[in-house]
Amino acid sequence: MLRKNFDNEIQQVKDSVLLLGSMVEQAILGSVETLKKRDLAGSRRILEEDQDINRKRFEIENQVMILIATQQPMAHDLRLLASIMEIISELERMGDYAKGIANINIRMGDQPLLKPLIDVPRMAQKDVDMLHRSLTAFINEDLEAAKTIPMEDDEVDALYNQIYRELMTFIIADPKVIERANWLLWVAHNLERVADRVTNICERTIFIATGELVEINNSDDEFWKQK
Amino acid sequence: MDMKLQTNHAHLTNGDAPVKVDLKNLSMYYGKFRALSNIDLVIREKQITAIIGPSGCGKSTLLRTFNRMNDLTPNTRTDGVVRLDGQDIYAPGVDVVEVRRRVGMVFQRPNPFPKSIYDNVAYGPRLYGVRHKSDLDEIVENSLKQAALWDEVKDKLGQSGLALSGGQQQRLCIARALAVEPDVILMDEPASALDPISTLRIEELMHDLVKDYTIIIVTHNMQQAARVSDYTAMMMIDDQRSGQMIEYDKTEIIFTNPKDKRTEDYVTGRFG
Repeated sequence: MLRKNFDNEIQQVKDSVLLLGSMVEQAILGSVETLKKRDLAGSRRILEEDQDINRKRFEIENQVMILIATQQPMAHDLRLLASIMEIISELERMGDYAKGIANINIRMGDQPLLKPLIDVPRMAQKDVDMLHRSLTAFINEDLEAAKTIPMEDDEVDALYNQIYRELMTFIIADPKVIERANWLLWVAHNLERVADRVTNICERTIFIATGELVEINNSDDEFWKQK
Repeated sequence: MDMKLQTNHAHLTNGDAPVKVDLKNLSMYYGKFRALSNIDLVIREKQITAIIGPSGCGKSTLLRTFNRMNDLTPNTRTDGVVRLDGQDIYAPGVDVVEVRRRVGMVFQRPNPFPKSIYDNVAYGPRLYGVRHKSDLDEIVENSLKQAALWDEVKDKLGQSGLALSGGQQQRLCIARALAVEPDVILMDEPASALDPISTLRIEELMHDLVKDYTIIIVTHNMQQAARVSDYTAMMMIDDQRSGQMIEYDKTEIIFTNPKDKRTEDYVTGRFG
């Protein structure tokens, strides 16, 4: 087969994207888990591991640049490699959201959680589930999945709204908790953004498969969609 | 890389340019062998159209139908219509010499005449009746300037064209084609015998020339087609080994999102 070597190298890059994806999945679940347990050492570990995510992203970026420079990809190959550049940037930003959650836990210091976390871990689980399936759709160029996964963003948005309303009731009842409520609101906000970025990955998969750049409509900011 | 070498496709968004050459249902035969079958193609004015496809698919044969060069090969027959500015160039009574003046050609290997640089460029105009030295001087200078060769040869116009480097010889051949004021320039792998720098120079020259001329180029070099052309025509042979047009579109589409699987396989290097 012609271009066997190039095909092998593309496969390696795709494998690396999956690896980066699983690192990000671990970071998201880990950041919420350590917050839930108020495990500060665990959160510091998340911060360190975020460096690995950043390094991995640059490593893949470099691999793709070299393939573009040496293999002159065209058509489907070009769309795939260009999309990988976008997807790894989305993944790295998702890693930053996990880092943000870890930072919140550290900044909370010895203050207790305002309330036990129930919906926040649900959001994280839903995010990771969507992310995982979006990457599978990317690898398989599964157009149907890439079109339907973004619809599940509504579930994440619903959880965010629930958390938002709940925290508002805490603040109204006792304005002294405003800072602790705000921390949790930021955690929920970060998790809400992860699902938006899953949509971006699905848009790229559609582009790879069809050559069409489509904008899948779900609001980037759930708060404004509510208004 | 020099920014000037990048293809500027921006003008394509302003709609298609007028039609310069129009092929309808064109078939071409060498004896009984049908080398091209039922080709439809529209060449747009002052644009670069690249013809790509695997070896033996009829790219050069197709190129040579644009100025009736195939007539020079015995036992050839052409069916269908080739219209240049709306006029069928294969119609009875058409002046073939005039067709070839309006549709010039540059070949794969630089082929200057064994004459001086000046006489190479002045050859065509003399043939068409230009006699005055001052007129010829002006044509030679303009043609060499347009071919981006003037500065390199202006002090040695009396030297043999064969003494130039390969890249310079090819630009001399382009100057020679320009000297008879054609509308269309056919280029059959004009850079395949040149080194990379000379190749880029020819490509840059094509960008300059397309402001005034319609250019049709046959190339095996996919990156070259992608770099220089506005439109790309993809050819292949059918099971009778006859050349067909598989896909024709704006270059940016052919190289990013072709519609035909065979084009996809060819431009990604998985076929051919």
